[in-house]
Amino acid sequence: MSIKVLYFASLRETLGYSHETLTLPADISSVGALRSHLASRGGVWEALGEGRNVRAAVNQDMVGPEAPVADRDEVAFFPPVTGG
Amino acid sequence: MSVSVQEADFDTGAEIAALSAGRDDVGAVATFVGLVRADKLAGSGDSVQAMTLEHYPGMTEKALAAIEAEAGQRWTLLGTRIIHRYGRLLPGQQIVFVGVASPHRGDAFAACEFIMDYLKTRAPFWKKEDTPQGGQWVDAREADDAAAGRWAQG
Repeated sequence: MSIKVLYFASLRETLGYSHETLTLPADISSVGALRSHLASRGGVWEALGEGRNVRAAVNQDMVGPEAPVADRDEVAFFPPVTGG
Repeated sequence: MSVSVQEADFDTGAEIAALSAGRDDVGAVATFVGLVRADKLAGSGDSVQAMTLEHYPGMTEKALAAIEAEAGQRWTLLGTRIIHRYGRLLPGQQIVFVGVASPHRGDAFAACEFIMDYLKTRAPFWKKEDTPQGGQWVDAREADDAAAGRWAQG
């Protein structure tokens, strides 16, 4: 399964990446599992760890950790929004 | 019904006029304009010098259109307009415009406030303040979540 992952704002700066294309193991099928998978890279990626205030979107809709992730999805991680 | 996400400034007067142009059924137009504020920085005599707004192209337009559609389902609206800027903005400059046209003021006021409250918590924008000590990301406010939460249907 191949997906695109995007990072925004302070998270993008911390990680040093704005986007990446990932091939995921079959057992990672939710946003929460993807987030843990990324956090397990260690170092700066711990910014995605449990307890950090990170929001997610799948295909440009804001979702919770239980949301499914499927092949070719666009998943984004970002801090709480501060527009307006 | 329309949404714009743009770097350019907007003409508030022209936007307000457009909400009722050519029609005789609009009895109320309510608007909100958000501006960059030169907040004083804690622990120094300095103020915010500029602000840079980042957004998520694609999702931003989708989120704003969804908020606009939800307002249209809750209240009787004859027109809505949302403009949100991104890029580098200076204190005093305009960031956001929300305009709502309705037959009556009650719906116009409520829908305008609802759109702003939802925009604050659902539209993917992030503010970074330029200070003499460098760039600083603005933290989300719990008060904004509370403001959006009061519109939840029980």
